[in-house]
Amino acid sequence: MTAARLFLLQRASAAVLALAVLVHLATIIIAVRGGLTAGEILGRTSGNVAWLAFYALFVIAAAIHAPIGLRNILREWTGWRGRSCDLAMMLLSAALLALGLRAAWAVYAA
Amino acid sequence: MSATLSVSVQRGTDGRRIDRFEVPRQPAQTVLDVVTWIQREADPTLAYRFACRVGMCGSCAMTVNGKPRWTCRTRVETVAPDGCLTLEPLRNMPVVKDLVVDMAPFFAKWTAAHGVFTPRENLGADFAVVPPSSPERRAADAAIECIGCGVCYSACDVVAWRSDYLGPAALNRAWTLVNDVRDGHARERLVAVAGDAGCHACHSHGSCTQHCPKSLSPTASIAGLKRAVLRATLRGEL
Repeated sequence: MTAARLFLLQRASAAVLALAVLVHLATIIIAVRGGLTAGEILGRTSGNVAWLAFYALFVIAAAIHAPIGLRNILREWTGWRGRSCDLAMMLLSAALLALGLRAAWAVYAA
Repeated sequence: MSATLSVSVQRGTDGRRIDRFEVPRQPAQTVLDVVTWIQREADPTLAYRFACRVGMCGSCAMTVNGKPRWTCRTRVETVAPDGCLTLEPLRNMPVVKDLVVDMAPFFAKWTAAHGVFTPRENLGADFAVVPPSSPERRAADAAIECIGCGVCYSACDVVAWRSDYLGPAALNRAWTLVNDVRDGHARERLVAVAGDAGCHACHSHGSCTQHCPKSLSPTASIAGLKRAVLRATLRGEL
């Protein structure tokens, strides 16, 4: 993939993350302020397709954004380049995606 | 004000040797005057580069008290109020000797950034009419006055970290040509600057803009290139 497309993907995913992080933080603050227990929170998220879609989008954006940024840092500061670096970043992306989606599904299916 | 300046000058090519000179102070003395005095009166083997002495050519750029500057346009009193000067060659370029650097890698990057005007095929035999008030021409005019002195390149930390980064001057030049409606190599140029070591490597620190003796903003030019590359990518042209 070209540097220009990676740049575009990183900026686009950053735009999604900016909104998603705000919603996520606001949700945490509101949920905790109300004195909700974990069980009560899961009771609200369980079976809620809207929350599943939101967190799936959040996870996908993070899985795109983080490896591209980390790749830039590694290339600049450690000189690690080439296919091995790209492959490692793809694995990182896959791991973030798998772990994140698993967590989002767990909250939905609880 | 003391009668003399204490001047430390980097010598040789490896940066390890520093020679010290006591130089008589003069009214309105420039740093270039100081270097010239050292070569004429104290050490004729000192190597430095200059030509016009009036801020036209950009060849006298050096690192003065840690900052890249045109020495001909830098008065001693503004940079050395305590009477101490440290003179080193420009950063990020190989040293030929003493205060002289090899600018070949710097200009090679102008070529790599496709910084050459290439007329488009259907330009016509008559003069091209370019309205000075058009947005493209205004964007080009804002960056066109670069004389290639290398001060921005020396000030750039990204060049220091990544020797293959094209650097602010080459990208600034590319930006002027991206906005030149007579040019026919827009796509090739965007491909050249959108590479791994191109405009996306810029961290927008702004050191180039901070130090440019012509008060240009390569940072803004590079941001413009990023936008142009983004538009071309969205259109599927890159």
